[in-house]
Amino acid sequence: MSERDCVPLSTPFIDDHKTAGAKLVDFAGWLMPIQYKGILEEHQRVRTNVGLFDVSHMGEISVTGPDAEKFLDHLLPCDIRGMDVGKVVYTPMCLPSGGIVDDLLVYKRANDYLLVVNASNATKDFEWIRSQASGDVAVENESPVWAQLAVQGPKAEAVFRGHVSDEALTLPYYRFTELDLWAVPSIFSRTGYTGEDGFEIYFHPQHAKWMWEKILAVGAPFGIGPVGLGARDTLRLEVNYCLYGNDIDATTSPLEAGLQWTVRLEKGDFIGRDALLQQKAEGLRRRLVAFEMITERSIPRHGSELASGASKVGEVTSGTHSPTLKKGIGMGYVATEHSKIGTALTLRQRGTEAAAQIVKKPFYTHGTRKA
Amino acid sequence: MSKIQKDLRYTKEHEWAREDGGDWVIGVTDYAQGELGDVVYVELPEAGRVVAEGDTFGTIEAVKTVSDLFAPVAGTVTAVNTAIKDDPSSVNRDPYGDGWLIKIKPSGAPAALLDASAYANLIGQSL
Repeated sequence: MSERDCVPLSTPFIDDHKTAGAKLVDFAGWLMPIQYKGILEEHQRVRTNVGLFDVSHMGEISVTGPDAEKFLDHLLPCDIRGMDVGKVVYTPMCLPSGGIVDDLLVYKRANDYLLVVNASNATKDFEWIRSQASGDVAVENESPVWAQLAVQGPKAEAVFRGHVSDEALTLPYYRFTELDLWAVPSIFSRTGYTGEDGFEIYFHPQHAKWMWEKILAVGAPFGIGPVGLGARDTLRLEVNYCLYGNDIDATTSPLEAGLQWTVRLEKGDFIGRDALLQQKAEGLRRRLVAFEMITERSIPRHGSELASGASKVGEVTSGTHSPTLKKGIGMGYVATEHSKIGTALTLRQRGTEAAAQIVKKPFYTHGTRKA
Repeated sequence: MSKIQKDLRYTKEHEWAREDGGDWVIGVTDYAQGELGDVVYVELPEAGRVVAEGDTFGTIEAVKTVSDLFAPVAGTVTAVNTAIKDDPSSVNRDPYGDGWLIKIKPSGAPAALLDASAYANLIGQSL
C-alpha cells in the first residue's frame, strides 16, 4: 500500500485546528489546516502583526556519534565543520548527480545535530541519510517526539517578551537556544519561512494543547491568530523561498535554483560536488527566476509554460496572486539566455497568453526578518 | 456546512440558477466559494454574448486555484455583475446575493438542473 492510500496522519494540534474552524486538507500524507478564515486575511496578519503556524508535520532526524561532524560534512554541501552549538544552517542535501534530495535546517546542539526536513520527504531522507552513514554515527528518526509551532510576524518578539530571557528574545537570525517555555523543555529558534521576524519552537507533542493555547493567549494583545498552509505558501513565495517538490527536486541543482550561497564547493569532497563543479564549469543551462505579471488579472500557476516569442523557454514552478503586491507573481526555470532581470516573457496557460517580466528577488523587500 | 438555498436550482459544477422575470440569474454556490478560497479575480463575458448549455462563460481565480464557469442554460447574456470587478470577495461573502455573476435570457427550456435536495446530496449534505 502506498503512502497515498493511507489515512492521513494528524499532528497533535488537530483538535485545536477543528476548534478554530480550519479547513483541513491532506498535505504530504498529513491532515493539515489550509486556512482558518481565509488566505488573504491570514497572510496580512503575518505581514502586519503575528501569526501562529502548526508545522509539526516537518520531520526531525538526529545524527550523533564521534564521527557525526565528518559524516554530515560529506553528506551536505554547506559548512558543517566547526559549527557552534546554537547555530542553525539552511542547506540542500544533494544526490551524486547534484539533484536535490531535500532542503533542510541543521541545528547544532550540544550532543547531536538535529536535521529538520520536509514532511513529504521525511521517510526518504531518513533512508538516504542512513544509507550514506559511515564511521561511528547513529541516525535516528525523531519525528514522533517533536511538535513544532512557528510564530511569525513583526510582533513575534513582543509575544514572548517577559516569557523568555532577554538572551532568548534577542537571539540573532538563525540562532537557537534550549529553554523551558512555560515549564515545557523547548528548542527556541529564530528562523522561519515567511520573510518576517519570528521563532520556530520545538517541544514534545504531549504539551501541544498547552503550548497552542498559551501562545494564542499571550499573543492576543498583539493580534495573533492561527495561519494555515495556504498563507504559508503565499508568504514564502513573496520572499522567493523554494518549496521542495515545486521549485526544487531531484532533477534540479542548487546552482540552478539560486542556492549557490548554501553550497561550499571549495570545502572538499561532499555528495554531489563533482556534478556541481562540472555544472559550474560548463555553465548553467537554466536558472530559477522570479517574474511578475504585466498583464493585469493574470495569475501564473505551477506547470504553465514560459515563452519568449514563439518558443518555449521555461516552465512555472510556483505561482500565485501576491496578497501584498496585489499582482500575479511566480518562479520558474528559464533557459539561461532568457534569464536576465528585465527580460520579457510570455506566460501560456489555459489557452491564453499573458505578459510577464523577470524581476529581482525577492518580490517583497519590506519583511522584518533579521538579516 | 455549506449554505444551500431551497428556492434555487443547481448544477453538478456547483453553480446555482434562479429564474427572475424571464432571465436566469447565475452564480456559484456557497460550497464552491468555500472550496475555492479567497477569490481575487472573476472573468465574465460581455452582455450580448450567446452561450450554449455547458459552455465556459468565464473563470474564477482564487489565490490558490482557478476554476472555469459553465453556463447552466443556453441563451444570451443580458447582464453582468460589474461590481465584482472591484469587489471579488463578494463571491465569498454572499455567493447567493451580491456575489451573483451573470443573467442569461434562455433560448429554450433549461435542462438537467438539480433541485436543492439533489445538490445537497451531491456535496454530501442533507437539507
